Amino acid sequence: MKKKTAKVFRPTAFASPYLIATIIFVIIPLVLVLVYSFRGANGEFTFENFRKVFTDKETLRQLGQTLEIAAVSTAICLLIAYPIAYILASAPFKKMAILALLFIIPMWINFMLRIFALQSLLSMLGVKKGFGAAVIGIVYDFFPYMLLPIYTVLSNMDKSYVEASRDLGANSVVTFFKVTLPLSIPGVISGISMMFMPIFSSYAITKMMGDMNTTVIGAKIANLFEYQSIGNYGYGSALSFVLLIVVLLFMFLGTILTKRSPKAAKPVKGGTL
Amino acid sequence: MKNKTSSSLFLILKWVILLVVLAAIYLPLIMIIVYSFSTNRTVGGEYGEFTFALYKKLFENKALLTATKNSLVIGLVSALLATILGTTASVGIHYMRKKTKAAVDAASQITIVNTEIVTAMGFFLLMIFMRDTIQIPVNFSLGWLIITHTIITTPYVILTVSPRLKQLNPNLLEASMDLGAGPMRSLITVMLPQLAGAMISGFALAFTLSLDDFVVTNINSFGANVETISTYVYSGIRKKLPADIRALSTIIFIVVLTVLIVFNIVKNKKAKNAAKKINQQ
Repeated sequence: MKKKTAKVFRPTAFASPYLIATIIFVIIPLVLVLVYSFRGANGEFTFENFRKVFTDKETLRQLGQTLEIAAVSTAICLLIAYPIAYILASAPFKKMAILALLFIIPMWINFMLRIFALQSLLSMLGVKKGFGAAVIGIVYDFFPYMLLPIYTVLSNMDKSYVEASRDLGANSVVTFFKVTLPLSIPGVISGISMMFMPIFSSYAITKMMGDMNTTVIGAKIANLFEYQSIGNYGYGSALSFVLLIVVLLFMFLGTILTKRSPKAAKPVKGGTL
Repeated sequence: MKNKTSSSLFLILKWVILLVVLAAIYLPLIMIIVYSFSTNRTVGGEYGEFTFALYKKLFENKALLTATKNSLVIGLVSALLATILGTTASVGIHYMRKKTKAAVDAASQITIVNTEIVTAMGFFLLMIFMRDTIQIPVNFSLGWLIITHTIITTPYVILTVSPRLKQLNPNLLEASMDLGAGPMRSLITVMLPQLAGAMISGFALAFTLSLDDFVVTNINSFGANVETISTYVYSGIRKKLPADIRALSTIIFIVVLTVLIVFNIVKNKKAKNAAKKINQQ
């Protein structure tokens, strides 16, 4: 009898608690976001919430500013993180594991405390709160997340490609742009994706470092839920739903780019050289 | 000769770049540590005398101590739940057929790729729905925060445990069950010992992610009166943050640094011992 139950049991059943939890706490909430975004103040079906998202000047301005903050800080972060990752993955530094660790240790410290520390230093240096300070805060917060994937790709890269390129007469600049950089693109994309969309939600940083006019769209959504009377969450839900679509678009774009880059590198791997 | 000097110049330049960025990363933290022993209201003001006054004040600041306790309780309990849920899920997913596996993997990625504010709002709406529409007696509370943190950290445990599972002999679990052990017993006595390392990493990752969380906690504690370190600092922006936050920051920096250094020394020792064993053989 016991043997029979053991045979009937499939190991896949071990996943069922997690699957149930995912349906209740992940899938249903997303359905609720969709339902509430089509719900008016009195519970009727309406497109009003979406119309408001795309016509309200304040919301559009905040969306635009979020994109601007995200683009500027991601670009700055990439421009600092790439050279650092490149140096850390190169000859004499590669062996000093502790050095790379020093750059990512802040990841383990509560980010609000880190931002608090940065804010204290900036105000001591006389930097005013505003767009610039907010960008500095975001770059400071996300730096390890940008550095780590690029560093991982660069330090795991097969150095024989670089050597082959040098042997065939390319100088170090050409080698970098034609060999190292293309091979490191997956790390760069992974770094960007760990930073760009999360910035939409980092209203804590813009509130601590920015002025009244500097904010990300996450702040708007949080406000809509905190100060809205119960039963009137439609507008915030519609805004969230739009963000969800944006996330999906970026994910799609990221997948296409990542899928493309190894293909570009494949001829090298296949031995055309 | 010329080549040699230019390459050593490059080396110096590389060191300079690394050190400048390291200085930028650590200067704010160092200033907080230095000024945690001063009583000046702002960092960078007149230092005065070296004193432990802020530390004394910290241990009298009930709100901040409660927030720290809440952060630790939510972090530890949700990381424990996430480790259990994530490990069992990994084992189950491991034995799924390709198509089901792809679907479950995609579902587990949702909270990872989604913007946190949308995830947070989803939880918020779910609570409103359960409380007001189907009238289950639940409300925003410490328990609710533990559940939400468990849900957002479990996928990371799966990401940590699954690769280890792939390295194991695929017939282990079935062999154990064929020999008469029940599924729970097979899981606990056969699979878990081999997954222990990955589970510990998963637990540590879940714990750090939970401690670091702000958005989900902020949105899901509206009206619940549960503060964590993150929400305490955030709500302090409007008022003025008490200076003893600097003492708490210093303690946290030192704990994190000690844990990481000890962890790395142990890891290096283990790697060395393993290398020794191979050499002896």
